[in-house]
Amino acid sequence: MADVNRGKRPLSPHLTIYRPQMTSITSIFTRITGNALLVAALLIVWWFLAAATSSEYFAVADGLITSWFGDLVMTLSVWALWYHALAGVRHLIWDAGYGLEIETAEKLGLAVIAGSLVLTIITILAV
Amino acid sequence: MAYLTDLKRAVGMGSAREGTKRHWSMTKSSVALLILTPFFVFTFGPMLGQPHDAVMAYFARPFPAIVAALMVVTSFMHFKTGVQMLVEDYVHGLAREITIILLTCLSYGAAATGVFAIAKIAL
Repeated sequence: MADVNRGKRPLSPHLTIYRPQMTSITSIFTRITGNALLVAALLIVWWFLAAATSSEYFAVADGLITSWFGDLVMTLSVWALWYHALAGVRHLIWDAGYGLEIETAEKLGLAVIAGSLVLTIITILAV
Repeated sequence: MAYLTDLKRAVGMGSAREGTKRHWSMTKSSVALLILTPFFVFTFGPMLGQPHDAVMAYFARPFPAIVAALMVVTSFMHFKTGVQMLVEDYVHGLAREITIILLTCLSYGAAATGVFAIAKIAL
């Protein structure tokens, strides 16, 4: 039977009424970091193109990417990269059918946040 | 609308067939990127701010050049599918198609530019 009430049914409460939770926030940040990495990725491709073109052009691209603004973008991007990578590992674990209990999922969320900060500091110190 | 049956409304709206394919392709590229990312960060990173000669010499070596090329291609293909999911969730109507087309073109364009530049430096 066709549903006669289609389009007129009440909607269940959505995102706006929920208190932010570890699981929802870490999930949203996976998407934000992944897509925001486009900026750094395009900067890096431009840097390579400049290096392949000429010494003068390279100086322009390298100068911008190592300026205070470039440093800010690259540092945030390093954090975004490690966060997205660890959050991706969490998704692979979930896809395999493990860690889906709420307590474990919340611990994994904390591990992603802490791990990404540690890896960012290591990267800044080592690179 | 009132005369459509439930079956008619559901047919052609997409089943799990293609969605699983896309999910599996993201799984593969994400594992590839887990391997590539540390190699890329610790080969490319130290080259930022180095003199042009040093950069040219470094990426003329096989390992840094191959890692960089693989990283550019794999990450932009991963981005292409990922950003399409983002657009499908938040953009509707004709704008959705246009945005997906533009971002797909950007992904292939950036990947090709990166590979060209790295090949030119390396060869």
